[in-house]
Amino acid sequence: MAVKVIKPGLSTTVQDLGRPGYYHIGIPLSGGMDRLALKAANLLVGNKEGAAVLEAVFMGPELQFTDDATVAVTGAELPPKVNGEARETWTSFKVKKGQTLSFDFLKKGARAYIAISGGIDVPVVLGSRSTYTLGALGGFKGRKLEAGDKLPVGKGRGAKEGRSIPEKLRRAPGMPAELRMLPGLYWHRITAEAGKHFFTDTWKVAPEADRIGYRFRGGRPLEFVPREQPFGAGSDPSNIVDACYPYGSIQVPGGTEPIVLHRDAVSGGGYFMVGTVISADMDLIGQLQPHTPARFVEVTMAQALKARRDQAKLYDKLKASL
Amino acid sequence: MAQLLSPLPGTFYRRPSPDKPAYKNDGDKVAKGDVIGLIEVMKSFTEVKAEAAGKITFIAENEEPVMAGQPLAEIG
Repeated sequence: MAVKVIKPGLSTTVQDLGRPGYYHIGIPLSGGMDRLALKAANLLVGNKEGAAVLEAVFMGPELQFTDDATVAVTGAELPPKVNGEARETWTSFKVKKGQTLSFDFLKKGARAYIAISGGIDVPVVLGSRSTYTLGALGGFKGRKLEAGDKLPVGKGRGAKEGRSIPEKLRRAPGMPAELRMLPGLYWHRITAEAGKHFFTDTWKVAPEADRIGYRFRGGRPLEFVPREQPFGAGSDPSNIVDACYPYGSIQVPGGTEPIVLHRDAVSGGGYFMVGTVISADMDLIGQLQPHTPARFVEVTMAQALKARRDQAKLYDKLKASL
Repeated sequence: MAQLLSPLPGTFYRRPSPDKPAYKNDGDKVAKGDVIGLIEVMKSFTEVKAEAAGKITFIAENEEPVMAGQPLAEIG
């Protein structure tokens, strides 16, 4: 079984739950940016939750199937069509041999997860089928899809059509998006005043936001507490002696535009980090379109851990609903 | 009149670069496949092409943030 790529979309990549364990040597996590949606898509078609799927951003691909399969599209509202006929998102449907899966204009969100029964069967690299395009690693030849590609699909019986995730179990960012964040080790570098308006200002997603980092602009610049820069740190007040960058950390180069590092991020460098977006809210970032307003909301470690448990419960409910 | 819709969310540009003139001006005749603007998103620029021939009238402004499916121009 294979899927032929007629049109690739803007940047469609093979992703699974990622490649943890190599970040300390500079190889990022990769994997779907909205993990709940990725897992839901797999469960809908009868795959294991971590099977490889396609992540399509802002624009869907056009795919032709060489065999019958069950398909589900979750995450962004990117309405699927089979031979031009509309299908529901978050709901399993059949695509028959020779039929074409295409998509209408994006209605909401940013990234759609397209699961196909059997899973995308590209080679496993360092424990994952996820694509890391900057490093040309994993996925389909280490890159985004191109017209003419033939994607191998594994064997799987495929769940029946019409299985659906109830709307209340689908998660999407609000308007403005609220991203909960834990202030970090370098919080003391900015003034109390800057710390206040970082949370009260409304930011907007910059158009260059991608899988590496989500850049925000529109809030007031952060003022730094004056200091003599330590040996090894650059001369800009936003510079620090090189440090590890956690997944979700928010760096603010020059104090002007916060960047939240996401699945394909670099693992270290010399910018101070104002804090870290909690793991429970990283999926939401993956669904932000350019120019979407967003706010950062301060939480404690206890609140962050509770949010993580709540997310796990939401997923348990989602599994139980099928 | 056919509306030309944005294929992507992002920033709409009517010129190939800031120091160049606009691809097309209101009232210009366009042919099917003519580039009428660019959408910038994720550090890449996607050309927007006319899907029909005729006289063009722009709806979206230069550097305007646009949504996928938003009308950029009318051609007819």
